[in-house]
Amino acid sequence: MTGMQGVLGKNDKDRLLKLSQIAAEIRIDIVNTIAAAKMGHIGGDFSVTDILVSLFFGVMNYKSQEPHWADRDRFILSKGHCSAALYSVMAKAGYFKHEQLGEFMQPLSFLGGHPNRRKLAGIEANTGPLGHGLPIGVGCATGAKLAKKTCRTFVVLGDGELQEGSNWEAAMYAGHRKLENLMAIVDRNRLQQGAGTEDTNALDPLPDKWRSFGWDAYELDGHNFQELLEVMDAPFTGKPKVIIANTIKGKGVSFIENRVEWHHKVPSAEQNVQAIKELTHS
Amino acid sequence: MTSSLQQETFDCRKIFAETLIELARQNERIVVVCNDSVGSSNLNDFKKEFPDRLINVGIAEQNMIGVAAGLANSGFIPFVSCAGPFLSGRALEQVKADVAYNMYPVILCAQSPGVSYGELGPTHHSIEDFSWIRALTDITLLSPADPKQTKDAILWAAKANKPVYMRVNRFKIPKTTPEHSPFEVGKALVLKKGKDVTLITTGILVSRALEASSILEEQGISTRVLNIHTINPLDKEAILAAASETRGIVTMEEAITTGGLGAAVAEVVVEHHPTKMRILGVSHFAPTGSASFLLDHFGLSVENIVKSAYELVR
Ligand SMILES: Cc1ncc(C[n+]2csc(CCOP(=O)(O)OP(=O)(O)O)c2C)c(N)n1
Repeated sequence: MTGMQGVLGKNDKDRLLKLSQIAAEIRIDIVNTIAAAKMGHIGGDFSVTDILVSLFFGVMNYKSQEPHWADRDRFILSKGHCSAALYSVMAKAGYFKHEQLGEFMQPLSFLGGHPNRRKLAGIEANTGPLGHGLPIGVGCATGAKLAKKTCRTFVVLGDGELQEGSNWEAAMYAGHRKLENLMAIVDRNRLQQGAGTEDTNALDPLPDKWRSFGWDAYELDGHNFQELLEVMDAPFTGKPKVIIANTIKGKGVSFIENRVEWHHKVPSAEQNVQAIKELTHS
Repeated sequence: MTSSLQQETFDCRKIFAETLIELARQNERIVVVCNDSVGSSNLNDFKKEFPDRLINVGIAEQNMIGVAAGLANSGFIPFVSCAGPFLSGRALEQVKADVAYNMYPVILCAQSPGVSYGELGPTHHSIEDFSWIRALTDITLLSPADPKQTKDAILWAAKANKPVYMRVNRFKIPKTTPEHSPFEVGKALVLKKGKDVTLITTGILVSRALEASSILEEQGISTRVLNIHTINPLDKEAILAAASETRGIVTMEEAITTGGLGAAVAEVVVEHHPTKMRILGVSHFAPTGSASFLLDHFGLSVENIVKSAYELVR
Protein backbone atom coordinates (compact mmCIF):
# COMPACT_ATOMS: atom_id res chain seq x y z
CA MET A 1 0.00 0.00 0.00
CA THR A 2 1.21 3.51 -0.71
CA GLY A 3 0.35 6.75 0.98
CA MET A 4 -3.26 7.58 0.33
CA GLN A 5 -2.57 11.07 -0.91
CA GLY A 6 -4.66 11.44 -4.03
CA VAL A 7 -6.98 8.72 -2.89
CA LEU A 8 -8.11 11.11 -0.21
CA GLY A 9 -8.17 14.57 -1.72
CA LYS A 10 -8.72 17.58 0.46
CA ASN A 11 -11.93 19.65 0.58
CA ASP A 12 -13.94 16.61 -0.32
CA LYS A 13 -16.74 15.90 2.15
CA ASP A 14 -16.74 12.14 1.80
CA ARG A 15 -13.05 12.05 2.19
CA LEU A 16 -13.02 14.21 5.29
CA LEU A 17 -15.64 11.87 6.71
CA LYS A 18 -13.40 8.94 5.85
CA LEU A 19 -10.54 10.57 7.76
CA SER A 20 -12.68 10.97 10.86
CA GLN A 21 -13.73 7.33 10.61
CA ILE A 22 -10.10 6.28 10.38
CA ALA A 23 -9.30 8.48 13.39
CA ALA A 24 -12.05 6.85 15.46
CA GLU A 25 -10.69 3.41 14.57
CA ILE A 26 -7.18 4.51 15.45
CA ARG A 27 -8.31 5.75 18.85
CA ILE A 28 -9.94 2.40 19.54
CA ASP A 29 -6.74 0.65 18.55
CA ILE A 30 -4.81 2.93 20.91
CA VAL A 31 -7.06 2.18 23.90
CA ASN A 32 -6.91 -1.54 23.26
CA THR A 33 -3.15 -1.49 22.73
CA ILE A 34 -2.49 0.42 25.94
CA ALA A 35 -4.99 -1.56 27.99
CA ALA A 36 -3.35 -4.81 26.90
CA ALA A 37 0.19 -3.61 27.62
CA LYS A 38 -0.89 -1.84 30.81
CA MET A 39 1.48 0.95 29.79
CA GLY A 40 1.44 3.94 27.49
CA HIS A 41 0.74 7.66 27.11
CA ILE A 42 -2.91 7.82 26.23
CA GLY A 43 -3.52 11.56 26.71
CA GLY A 44 -0.95 12.66 24.16
CA ASP A 45 -1.84 9.77 21.85
CA PHE A 46 -5.38 11.06 21.56
CA SER A 47 -4.43 14.70 21.09
CA VAL A 48 -2.09 13.86 18.23
CA THR A 49 -4.26 11.24 16.50
CA ASP A 50 -6.00 13.58 14.04
CA ILE A 51 -2.69 15.17 13.11
CA LEU A 52 -1.15 11.78 12.37
CA VAL A 53 -4.23 10.61 10.45
CA SER A 54 -4.14 13.77 8.32
CA LEU A 55 -0.48 13.26 7.49
CA PHE A 56 -0.56 9.52 6.82
CA PHE A 57 -3.94 9.33 5.07
CA GLY A 58 -4.28 12.75 3.51
CA VAL A 59 -0.96 14.41 2.87
CA MET A 60 2.26 12.43 2.85
CA ASN A 61 3.81 10.51 0.00
CA TYR A 62 5.24 7.18 1.06
CA LYS A 63 5.16 3.50 0.20
CA SER A 64 4.59 1.40 3.27
CA GLN A 65 5.75 -1.71 1.42
CA GLU A 66 8.90 0.10 0.37
CA PRO A 67 9.64 2.12 3.49
CA HIS A 68 13.09 3.20 2.33
CA TRP A 69 11.82 4.62 -0.96
CA ALA A 70 14.19 7.54 -1.52
CA ASP A 71 11.58 10.11 -2.58
CA ARG A 72 9.27 9.58 0.40
CA ASP A 73 8.20 12.45 2.59
CA ARG A 74 9.93 12.17 5.94
CA PHE A 75 7.93 11.96 9.14
CA ILE A 76 9.34 12.30 12.66
CA LEU A 77 7.28 11.95 15.82
CA SER A 78 9.41 14.02 18.12
CA LYS A 79 7.07 13.39 21.07
CA GLY A 80 8.10 9.75 20.89
CA HIS A 81 6.24 8.76 24.05
CA CYS A 82 3.11 8.74 21.87
CA SER A 83 4.30 5.68 20.00
CA ALA A 84 0.99 3.83 20.48
CA ALA A 85 -0.71 6.40 18.25
CA LEU A 86 2.04 6.18 15.66
CA TYR A 87 2.05 2.37 15.64
CA SER A 88 -1.73 2.26 15.26
CA VAL A 89 -1.50 4.62 12.29
CA MET A 90 1.39 2.73 10.73
CA ALA A 91 -0.44 -0.59 11.11
CA LYS A 92 -3.42 0.85 9.27
CA ALA A 93 -1.14 2.33 6.63
CA GLY A 94 0.24 -1.15 5.97
CA TYR A 95 3.70 -1.04 7.52
CA PHE A 96 2.92 -4.16 9.55
CA LYS A 97 -0.04 -6.36 10.44
CA HIS A 98 -2.79 -4.97 12.60
CA GLU A 99 -2.75 -7.91 15.02
CA GLN A 100 0.90 -7.19 15.78
CA LEU A 101 -0.26 -4.17 17.80
CA GLY A 102 -0.79 -6.78 20.52
CA GLU A 103 2.99 -6.99 20.86
CA PHE A 104 3.19 -3.40 22.14
CA MET A 105 5.84 -3.31 24.93
CA GLN A 106 5.99 -7.10 25.22
CA PRO A 107 9.41 -8.70 25.87
CA LEU A 108 11.66 -8.53 22.77
CA SER A 109 8.92 -6.81 20.77
CA PHE A 110 9.61 -4.54 17.79
CA LEU A 111 6.99 -2.17 19.19
CA GLY A 112 8.76 -0.72 22.21
CA GLY A 113 7.57 2.12 24.39
CA HIS A 114 9.32 4.53 22.03
CA PRO A 115 9.73 4.17 18.25
CA ASN A 116 12.82 2.26 17.13
CA ARG A 117 14.03 2.46 13.55
CA ARG A 118 16.28 -0.54 14.02
CA LYS A 119 13.17 -2.62 14.60
CA LEU A 120 10.51 -0.97 12.44
CA ALA A 121 11.21 0.27 8.93
CA GLY A 122 9.37 3.50 8.34
CA ILE A 123 10.51 5.08 11.58
CA GLU A 124 12.98 7.77 10.52
CA ALA A 125 14.39 8.57 13.96
CA ASN A 126 14.39 7.01 17.40
CA THR A 127 12.75 9.52 19.69
CA GLY A 128 11.75 9.65 23.34
CA PRO A 129 14.10 12.14 24.92
CA LEU A 130 12.22 15.33 24.11
CA GLY A 131 13.75 17.95 21.85
CA HIS A 132 15.44 15.74 19.26
CA GLY A 133 12.96 15.59 16.38
CA LEU A 134 13.24 19.08 14.95
CA PRO A 135 17.04 19.14 14.60
CA ILE A 136 16.89 15.79 12.81
CA GLY A 137 14.08 17.16 10.65
CA VAL A 138 16.26 20.13 9.75
CA GLY A 139 18.86 17.63 8.60
CA CYS A 140 16.32 15.72 6.50
CA ALA A 141 15.10 18.93 4.87
CA THR A 142 18.65 20.11 4.20
CA GLY A 143 19.46 16.70 2.73
CA ALA A 144 16.47 16.88 0.39
CA LYS A 145 17.62 20.29 -0.83
CA LEU A 146 21.17 19.09 -1.38
CA ALA A 147 19.88 16.08 -3.31
CA LYS A 148 17.54 18.36 -5.27
CA LYS A 149 14.49 16.36 -4.26
CA THR A 150 11.03 17.78 -3.75
CA CYS A 151 10.06 15.57 -0.82
CA ARG A 152 8.98 17.23 2.40
CA THR A 153 9.79 16.70 6.07
CA PHE A 154 7.09 16.77 8.76
CA VAL A 155 7.96 16.89 12.46
CA VAL A 156 5.32 16.55 15.16
CA LEU A 157 6.24 18.16 18.47
CA GLY A 158 4.65 18.31 21.90
CA ASP A 159 4.04 21.78 23.27
CA GLY A 160 5.73 20.97 26.57
CA GLU A 161 8.57 19.62 24.49
CA LEU A 162 9.16 23.12 23.12
CA GLN A 163 10.64 24.05 26.47
CA GLU A 164 13.77 22.19 25.34
CA GLY A 165 16.27 24.69 23.95
CA SER A 166 17.38 22.37 21.15
CA ASN A 167 14.12 23.13 19.33
CA TRP A 168 14.96 26.81 19.18
CA GLU A 169 18.46 26.13 17.89
CA ALA A 170 16.84 24.16 15.07
CA ALA A 171 14.09 26.72 14.50
CA MET A 172 16.64 29.50 14.21
CA TYR A 173 18.69 27.62 11.66
CA ALA A 174 15.70 26.44 9.60
CA GLY A 175 14.46 30.03 9.40
CA HIS A 176 17.88 31.31 8.47
CA ARG A 177 18.26 28.68 5.74
CA LYS A 178 14.67 29.17 4.53
CA LEU A 179 13.93 25.46 4.66
CA GLU A 180 10.60 25.67 2.89
CA ASN A 181 10.42 21.88 2.61
CA LEU A 182 10.17 21.58 6.39
CA MET A 183 6.98 21.66 8.43
CA ALA A 184 6.69 21.50 12.21
CA ILE A 185 3.33 20.67 13.76
CA VAL A 186 2.96 21.51 17.44
CA ASP A 187 0.38 19.44 19.29
CA ARG A 188 -0.81 22.36 21.40
CA ASN A 189 -2.82 20.56 24.07
CA ARG A 190 -1.58 22.93 26.79
CA LEU A 191 -0.69 20.12 29.21
CA GLN A 192 2.66 18.50 29.87
CA GLN A 193 3.51 15.64 32.26
CA GLY A 194 2.76 17.22 35.60
CA ALA A 195 0.79 20.41 34.93
CA GLY A 196 -0.31 22.95 32.34
CA THR A 197 2.38 24.34 30.04
CA GLU A 198 1.43 27.91 30.89
CA ASP A 199 1.72 27.17 34.62
CA THR A 200 5.09 25.46 34.22
CA ASN A 201 7.09 27.42 31.67
CA ALA A 202 4.78 29.43 29.45
CA LEU A 203 4.97 29.23 25.67
CA ASP A 204 2.54 31.91 24.53
CA PRO A 205 2.52 33.84 22.32
CA LEU A 206 3.61 30.77 20.41
CA PRO A 207 3.00 31.73 16.76
CA ASP A 208 4.90 35.01 17.30
CA LYS A 209 7.91 33.12 18.59
CA TRP A 210 8.13 31.04 15.41
CA ARG A 211 7.50 34.06 13.15
CA SER A 212 10.34 35.91 14.78
CA PHE A 213 12.56 32.95 13.86
CA GLY A 214 11.61 33.32 10.17
CA TRP A 215 8.79 30.78 9.92
CA ASP A 216 5.28 31.03 8.50
CA ALA A 217 3.03 30.20 11.44
CA TYR A 218 -0.58 28.99 11.29
CA GLU A 219 -2.83 28.48 14.27
CA LEU A 220 -5.77 26.14 13.77
CA ASP A 221 -8.01 23.47 15.27
CA GLY A 222 -5.92 20.32 15.45
CA HIS A 223 -9.01 18.14 15.32
CA ASN A 224 -10.38 19.72 12.13
CA PHE A 225 -9.22 17.73 9.12
CA GLN A 226 -10.08 20.35 6.56
CA GLU A 227 -8.04 23.03 8.31
CA LEU A 228 -5.16 20.63 8.86
CA LEU A 229 -5.05 19.40 5.27
CA GLU A 230 -5.25 22.85 3.77
CA VAL A 231 -2.14 24.06 5.52
CA MET A 232 -0.25 20.77 5.47
CA ASP A 233 -0.61 20.41 1.74
CA ALA A 234 -0.13 24.05 0.76
CA PRO A 235 2.64 24.85 -1.74
CA PHE A 236 6.10 25.97 -0.64
CA THR A 237 6.37 29.65 0.30
CA GLY A 238 10.08 30.17 0.69
CA LYS A 239 9.95 29.69 4.46
CA PRO A 240 9.60 26.74 6.83
CA LYS A 241 6.04 26.38 8.13
CA VAL A 242 4.73 25.64 11.58
CA ILE A 243 1.20 24.66 12.51
CA ILE A 244 0.17 25.42 16.07
CA ALA A 245 -2.55 22.78 16.23
CA ASN A 246 -4.86 23.52 19.15
CA THR A 247 -5.84 20.13 20.52
CA ILE A 248 -7.40 18.51 23.55
CA LYS A 249 -5.25 16.08 25.48
CA GLY A 250 -7.25 12.85 25.71
CA LYS A 251 -9.57 13.98 22.86
CA GLY A 252 -12.45 11.59 22.26
CA VAL A 253 -13.02 10.09 25.71
CA SER A 254 -14.86 12.21 28.27
CA PHE A 255 -13.07 11.06 31.39
CA ILE A 256 -9.63 11.39 29.81
CA GLU A 257 -10.04 14.76 28.11
CA ASN A 258 -7.97 17.56 29.61
CA ARG A 259 -6.96 15.64 32.73
CA VAL A 260 -3.27 15.91 33.47
CA GLU A 261 -3.12 12.55 35.28
CA TRP A 262 -4.03 10.79 32.03
CA HIS A 263 -0.63 11.69 30.59
CA HIS A 264 0.32 8.10 31.29
CA LYS A 265 -2.49 6.52 33.22
CA VAL A 266 -3.78 3.16 32.01
CA PRO A 267 -7.51 2.48 31.65
CA SER A 268 -9.03 -0.22 33.85
CA ALA A 269 -11.12 -2.95 32.22
CA GLU A 270 -14.35 -0.99 32.84
CA GLN A 271 -12.82 2.26 31.66
CA ASN A 272 -11.69 0.48 28.53
CA VAL A 273 -15.23 -0.60 27.76
CA GLN A 274 -16.53 2.89 28.44
CA ALA A 275 -13.85 4.48 26.24
CA ILE A 276 -14.60 2.19 23.33
CA LYS A 277 -18.30 2.91 23.71
CA GLU A 278 -17.69 6.64 23.49
CA LEU A 279 -15.33 6.29 20.55
CA THR A 280 -17.69 4.02 18.65
CA HIS A 281 -20.60 6.45 18.87
CA SER A 282 -18.61 9.59 18.20
CA MET B 1 17.81 -21.31 42.02
CA THR B 2 16.24 -17.94 42.84
CA SER B 3 15.71 -17.24 46.50
CA SER B 4 12.69 -18.62 48.25
CA LEU B 5 12.94 -15.78 50.77
CA GLN B 6 9.83 -13.65 50.64
CA GLN B 7 11.30 -10.30 51.63
CA GLU B 8 9.58 -6.95 51.80
CA THR B 9 10.79 -4.67 49.01
CA PHE B 10 11.18 -0.92 48.75
CA ASP B 11 11.16 1.85 46.17
CA CYS B 12 13.78 4.39 47.29
CA ARG B 13 11.88 7.37 45.90
CA LYS B 14 9.73 7.42 49.02
CA ILE B 15 12.59 7.86 51.47
CA PHE B 16 14.15 10.34 49.04
CA ALA B 17 11.10 12.60 49.20
CA GLU B 18 10.67 12.22 52.96
CA THR B 19 14.31 13.01 53.65
CA LEU B 20 14.24 16.14 51.52
CA ILE B 21 11.23 17.45 53.42
CA GLU B 22 12.92 16.69 56.73
CA LEU B 23 16.05 18.51 55.59
CA ALA B 24 14.14 21.47 54.21
CA ARG B 25 12.40 21.96 57.54
CA GLN B 26 15.75 22.20 59.29
CA ASN B 27 17.61 24.21 56.69
CA GLU B 28 16.07 26.94 54.59
CA ARG B 29 18.93 26.80 52.12
CA ILE B 30 17.70 23.43 50.81
CA VAL B 31 15.95 23.82 47.44
CA VAL B 32 14.86 21.34 44.77
CA VAL B 33 15.20 21.90 41.04
CA CYS B 34 13.37 19.67 38.56
CA ASN B 35 12.13 19.28 34.98
CA ASP B 36 8.36 18.69 34.88
CA SER B 37 9.13 15.75 37.18
CA VAL B 38 7.32 16.75 40.37
CA GLY B 39 5.09 13.68 40.29
CA SER B 40 7.63 11.15 39.06
CA SER B 41 10.11 12.39 41.68
CA ASN B 42 7.46 12.05 44.37
CA LEU B 43 7.79 15.76 45.20
CA ASN B 44 4.14 16.77 45.54
CA ASP B 45 4.36 16.93 49.34
CA PHE B 46 7.55 18.96 49.17
CA LYS B 47 5.83 21.36 46.79
CA LYS B 48 2.87 21.72 49.14
CA GLU B 49 5.05 22.58 52.11
CA PHE B 50 7.71 24.63 50.30
CA PRO B 51 6.12 25.96 47.11
CA ASP B 52 8.82 28.59 46.57
CA ARG B 53 11.65 26.18 47.10
CA LEU B 54 10.59 23.74 44.41
CA ILE B 55 11.87 25.19 41.16
CA ASN B 56 10.32 23.42 38.20
CA VAL B 57 11.98 24.82 35.08
CA GLY B 58 9.88 22.70 32.73
CA ILE B 59 11.25 20.26 30.20
CA ALA B 60 14.63 21.94 29.95
CA GLU B 61 17.43 19.93 31.51
CA GLN B 62 20.37 22.02 30.41
CA ASN B 63 18.74 25.09 31.88
CA MET B 64 17.89 23.04 34.98
CA ILE B 65 21.56 22.33 35.73
CA GLY B 66 22.64 25.91 35.05
CA VAL B 67 19.89 27.22 37.33
CA ALA B 68 21.01 24.84 40.08
CA ALA B 69 24.59 26.07 39.71
CA GLY B 70 23.39 29.66 40.03
CA LEU B 71 21.36 28.82 43.10
CA ALA B 72 24.45 27.27 44.66
CA ASN B 73 26.31 30.45 43.85
CA SER B 74 23.64 32.32 45.84
CA GLY B 75 24.27 30.18 48.89
CA PHE B 76 21.58 27.56 48.39
CA ILE B 77 21.98 23.79 48.48
CA PRO B 78 20.17 22.61 45.34
CA PHE B 79 19.00 19.04 44.96
CA VAL B 80 18.34 18.43 41.28
CA SER B 81 15.76 15.71 40.73
CA CYS B 82 15.37 14.34 37.22
CA ALA B 83 15.11 11.01 35.43
CA GLY B 84 18.63 9.59 35.18
CA PRO B 85 19.12 9.63 31.42
CA PHE B 86 18.19 13.28 31.04
CA LEU B 87 20.26 14.35 34.01
CA SER B 88 23.53 12.60 33.31
CA GLY B 89 23.34 12.46 29.55
CA ARG B 90 21.17 15.30 28.39
CA ALA B 91 22.95 17.89 30.46
CA LEU B 92 26.37 16.27 30.72
CA GLU B 93 28.31 19.30 29.60
CA GLN B 94 26.43 21.48 32.06
CA VAL B 95 27.18 18.95 34.79
CA LYS B 96 30.85 19.13 33.86
CA ALA B 97 31.29 22.85 33.29
CA ASP B 98 28.60 24.45 35.44
CA VAL B 99 28.68 22.12 38.44
CA ALA B 100 31.90 20.11 38.64
CA TYR B 101 34.36 22.65 37.31
CA ASN B 102 32.80 25.40 39.41
CA MET B 103 32.80 23.09 42.42
CA TYR B 104 29.25 24.14 43.25
CA PRO B 105 27.54 22.05 45.94
CA VAL B 106 24.79 20.78 43.66
CA ILE B 107 23.38 17.34 44.43
CA LEU B 108 22.30 15.61 41.25
CA CYS B 109 19.67 12.99 42.02
CA ALA B 110 19.14 10.56 39.16
CA GLN B 111 15.66 9.13 39.48
CA SER B 112 14.77 5.70 38.10
CA PRO B 113 18.31 4.85 37.01
CA GLY B 114 19.69 1.81 35.26
CA VAL B 115 17.09 -0.13 33.32
CA SER B 116 14.23 0.62 35.69
CA TYR B 117 12.25 2.26 32.89
CA GLY B 118 12.42 -1.17 31.17
CA GLU B 119 9.87 -1.05 28.37
CA LEU B 120 10.43 2.63 27.62
CA GLY B 121 13.64 1.53 25.99
CA PRO B 122 17.29 2.57 25.76
CA THR B 123 16.59 6.31 25.43
CA HIS B 124 15.13 6.11 28.93
CA HIS B 125 17.69 3.75 30.45
CA SER B 126 20.34 5.47 32.50
CA ILE B 127 23.07 2.91 32.16
CA GLU B 128 25.92 5.18 31.04
CA ASP B 129 25.91 7.38 34.14
CA PHE B 130 28.62 5.46 36.00
CA SER B 131 31.00 5.83 33.05
CA TRP B 132 30.07 9.40 32.19
CA ILE B 133 30.08 10.84 35.67
CA ARG B 134 33.15 8.83 36.63
CA ALA B 135 34.96 10.56 33.77
CA LEU B 136 34.35 13.96 35.34
CA THR B 137 36.65 15.08 38.08
CA ASP B 138 35.47 16.45 41.39
CA ILE B 139 32.07 14.76 41.54
CA THR B 140 31.34 12.25 44.25
CA LEU B 141 29.42 9.40 42.63
CA LEU B 142 27.08 7.54 44.97
CA SER B 143 24.99 4.47 44.26
CA PRO B 144 22.94 3.59 47.35
CA ALA B 145 21.68 0.04 47.72
CA ASP B 146 18.49 0.50 49.70
CA PRO B 147 16.36 3.06 51.59
CA LYS B 148 18.81 3.41 54.48
CA GLN B 149 21.71 4.19 52.19
CA THR B 150 19.58 6.53 50.10
CA LYS B 151 18.75 8.51 53.20
CA ASP B 152 22.33 8.45 54.44
CA ALA B 153 23.59 9.60 51.06
CA ILE B 154 21.21 12.57 51.00
CA LEU B 155 22.08 13.62 54.55
CA TRP B 156 25.78 13.36 53.79
CA ALA B 157 25.47 15.27 50.49
CA ALA B 158 23.54 18.13 52.07
CA LYS B 159 26.56 18.81 54.27
CA ALA B 160 29.34 17.84 51.88
CA ASN B 161 29.62 21.25 50.23
CA LYS B 162 30.70 19.75 46.94
CA PRO B 163 29.22 18.34 43.73
CA VAL B 164 27.48 14.98 44.18
CA TYR B 165 25.72 12.63 41.79
CA MET B 166 23.57 9.90 43.27
CA ARG B 167 21.12 7.33 42.00
CA VAL B 168 17.61 7.10 43.46
CA ASN B 169 16.30 3.62 42.73
CA ARG B 170 12.76 2.91 41.65
CA PHE B 171 13.23 -0.84 41.12
CA LYS B 172 11.87 -2.53 44.24
CA ILE B 173 14.58 -3.98 46.44
CA PRO B 174 14.88 -5.53 49.88
CA LYS B 175 16.84 -3.84 52.64
CA THR B 176 20.42 -5.07 52.60
CA THR B 177 22.20 -2.61 54.85
CA PRO B 178 22.50 -3.54 58.55
CA GLU B 179 20.59 -1.09 60.74
CA HIS B 180 23.55 0.53 62.50
CA SER B 181 26.25 0.29 59.88
CA PRO B 182 27.89 3.65 59.17
CA PHE B 183 27.74 5.27 55.73
CA GLU B 184 31.32 6.18 55.01
CA VAL B 185 31.69 7.83 51.64
CA GLY B 186 34.60 6.29 49.76
CA LYS B 187 34.59 3.15 51.88
CA ALA B 188 33.06 -0.12 50.74
CA LEU B 189 30.59 -1.84 53.01
CA VAL B 190 31.73 -5.41 53.68
CA LEU B 191 28.56 -7.49 53.89
CA LYS B 192 30.29 -10.89 54.02
CA LYS B 193 33.90 -11.70 54.79
CA GLY B 194 34.47 -14.88 52.72
CA LYS B 195 37.85 -16.11 51.47
CA ASP B 196 37.33 -17.95 48.16
CA VAL B 197 35.73 -15.45 45.84
CA THR B 198 34.61 -11.82 46.03
CA LEU B 199 31.38 -10.37 44.69
CA ILE B 200 31.64 -6.62 44.20
CA THR B 201 28.48 -4.76 43.45
CA THR B 202 26.37 -1.70 43.99
CA GLY B 203 22.80 -0.40 44.05
CA ILE B 204 19.91 -2.74 43.40
CA LEU B 205 22.21 -5.67 42.66
CA VAL B 206 23.49 -5.90 46.22
CA SER B 207 20.51 -8.05 47.18
CA ARG B 208 21.10 -10.37 44.22
CA ALA B 209 24.77 -10.66 45.19
CA LEU B 210 23.77 -11.66 48.71
CA GLU B 211 21.39 -14.30 47.35
CA ALA B 212 24.12 -15.61 45.08
CA SER B 213 26.57 -15.75 47.97
CA SER B 214 24.17 -17.87 50.02
CA ILE B 215 23.94 -20.36 47.17
CA LEU B 216 27.72 -20.38 46.77
CA GLU B 217 28.19 -20.97 50.51
CA GLU B 218 25.84 -23.94 50.25
CA GLN B 219 28.18 -25.31 47.59
CA GLY B 220 31.10 -24.84 49.96
CA ILE B 221 32.45 -21.65 48.37
CA SER B 222 33.24 -18.98 50.91
CA THR B 223 32.13 -15.65 49.43
CA ARG B 224 33.10 -12.09 50.21
CA VAL B 225 30.47 -9.49 49.35
CA LEU B 226 31.31 -5.81 48.98
CA ASN B 227 28.73 -3.10 48.52
CA ILE B 228 30.54 -0.32 46.69
CA HIS B 229 28.08 2.50 47.32
CA THR B 230 30.71 5.09 46.38
CA ILE B 231 32.01 4.65 42.87
CA ASN B 232 34.04 7.83 43.01
CA PRO B 233 36.21 8.00 45.07
CA LEU B 234 36.68 4.25 44.90
CA ASP B 235 37.74 2.18 47.92
CA LYS B 236 41.01 0.85 46.48
CA GLU B 237 42.03 -0.73 49.75
CA ALA B 238 38.99 -3.01 49.89
CA ILE B 239 39.47 -3.96 46.24
CA LEU B 240 43.14 -4.78 46.70
CA ALA B 241 42.36 -6.83 49.79
CA ALA B 242 39.80 -8.79 47.73
CA ALA B 243 42.32 -9.25 44.91
CA SER B 244 45.00 -10.60 47.20
CA GLU B 245 42.91 -12.50 49.75
CA THR B 246 40.39 -14.25 47.47
CA ARG B 247 40.89 -16.18 44.24
CA GLY B 248 38.83 -14.02 41.93
CA ILE B 249 36.42 -11.10 41.68
CA VAL B 250 33.01 -10.92 40.06
CA THR B 251 31.62 -7.43 39.59
CA MET B 252 28.00 -6.76 38.72
CA GLU B 253 26.27 -3.49 37.91
CA GLU B 254 23.04 -2.19 36.48
CA ALA B 255 25.08 -0.19 34.00
CA ILE B 256 27.02 -0.46 30.77
CA THR B 257 30.25 -2.30 31.48
CA THR B 258 32.32 0.09 29.35
CA GLY B 259 33.88 2.37 31.92
CA GLY B 260 31.57 1.38 34.74
CA LEU B 261 32.09 -0.18 38.16
CA GLY B 262 33.71 -3.35 36.83
CA ALA B 263 36.08 -1.29 34.72
CA ALA B 264 36.93 0.89 37.70
CA VAL B 265 37.70 -2.18 39.81
CA ALA B 266 39.73 -3.67 36.96
CA GLU B 267 41.84 -0.53 36.69
CA VAL B 268 42.86 -0.93 40.33
CA VAL B 269 43.36 -4.68 40.10
CA VAL B 270 45.44 -4.60 36.93
CA GLU B 271 47.77 -1.95 38.21
CA HIS B 272 48.35 -3.33 41.68
CA HIS B 273 47.41 -6.98 41.98
CA PRO B 274 46.26 -8.71 38.77
CA THR B 275 43.68 -11.38 39.48
CA LYS B 276 40.91 -13.18 37.61
CA MET B 277 37.74 -11.17 37.11
CA ARG B 278 34.30 -11.49 35.58
CA ILE B 279 32.54 -8.22 34.77
CA LEU B 280 28.75 -8.54 34.61
CA GLY B 281 26.55 -5.72 33.40
CA VAL B 282 24.69 -4.25 30.48
CA SER B 283 26.49 -4.82 27.19
CA HIS B 284 24.40 -3.07 24.54
CA PHE B 285 21.17 -1.15 23.88
CA ALA B 286 18.43 -3.22 25.46
CA PRO B 287 15.59 -4.93 23.65
CA THR B 288 12.01 -4.28 24.75
CA GLY B 289 11.22 -5.74 28.16
CA SER B 290 10.57 -5.04 31.81
CA ALA B 291 13.39 -4.09 34.15
CA SER B 292 13.63 -7.53 35.73
CA PHE B 293 13.47 -9.20 32.32
CA LEU B 294 16.35 -7.00 31.18
CA LEU B 295 18.49 -7.68 34.25
CA ASP B 296 18.22 -11.40 33.56
CA HIS B 297 18.73 -10.80 29.83
CA PHE B 298 22.06 -9.12 30.56
CA GLY B 299 23.32 -11.93 32.78
CA LEU B 300 22.54 -10.24 36.09
CA SER B 301 20.35 -13.06 37.37
CA VAL B 302 21.30 -14.75 40.65
CA GLU B 303 21.93 -17.93 38.64
CA ASN B 304 24.42 -16.27 36.36
CA ILE B 305 26.19 -14.52 39.22
CA VAL B 306 26.62 -17.91 40.89
CA LYS B 307 27.82 -19.47 37.64
CA SER B 308 30.36 -16.69 37.04
CA ALA B 309 31.76 -16.96 40.55
CA TYR B 310 31.89 -20.72 40.27
CA GLU B 311 33.92 -20.50 37.05
CA LEU B 312 36.54 -18.38 38.79
CA VAL B 313 37.21 -20.78 41.67
CA ARG B 314 36.61 -24.10 39.94
C1 LIG C 1 14.48 15.22 27.68
C2 LIG C 1 13.28 14.68 28.37
N1 LIG C 1 12.91 15.16 29.57
C3 LIG C 1 11.84 14.64 30.21
C4 LIG C 1 11.11 13.63 29.64
C5 LIG C 1 9.94 12.99 30.39
N2 LIG C 1 8.67 13.30 29.73
C6 LIG C 1 8.03 12.42 28.91
S1 LIG C 1 6.64 13.02 28.23
C7 LIG C 1 6.79 14.48 29.08
C8 LIG C 1 5.79 15.57 28.90
C9 LIG C 1 5.68 16.01 27.47
O1 LIG C 1 4.76 17.02 27.31
P1 LIG C 1 4.30 17.44 25.85
O2 LIG C 1 5.49 17.68 25.00
O3 LIG C 1 3.37 18.58 25.99
O4 LIG C 1 3.59 16.13 25.29
P2 LIG C 1 2.07 15.68 25.35
O5 LIG C 1 1.38 16.53 26.39
O6 LIG C 1 1.52 15.95 24.01
O7 LIG C 1 2.05 14.23 25.69
C10 LIG C 1 7.95 14.46 29.87
C11 LIG C 1 8.38 15.57 30.76
C12 LIG C 1 11.54 13.15 28.39
N3 LIG C 1 10.90 12.15 27.75
N4 LIG C 1 12.60 13.71 27.77
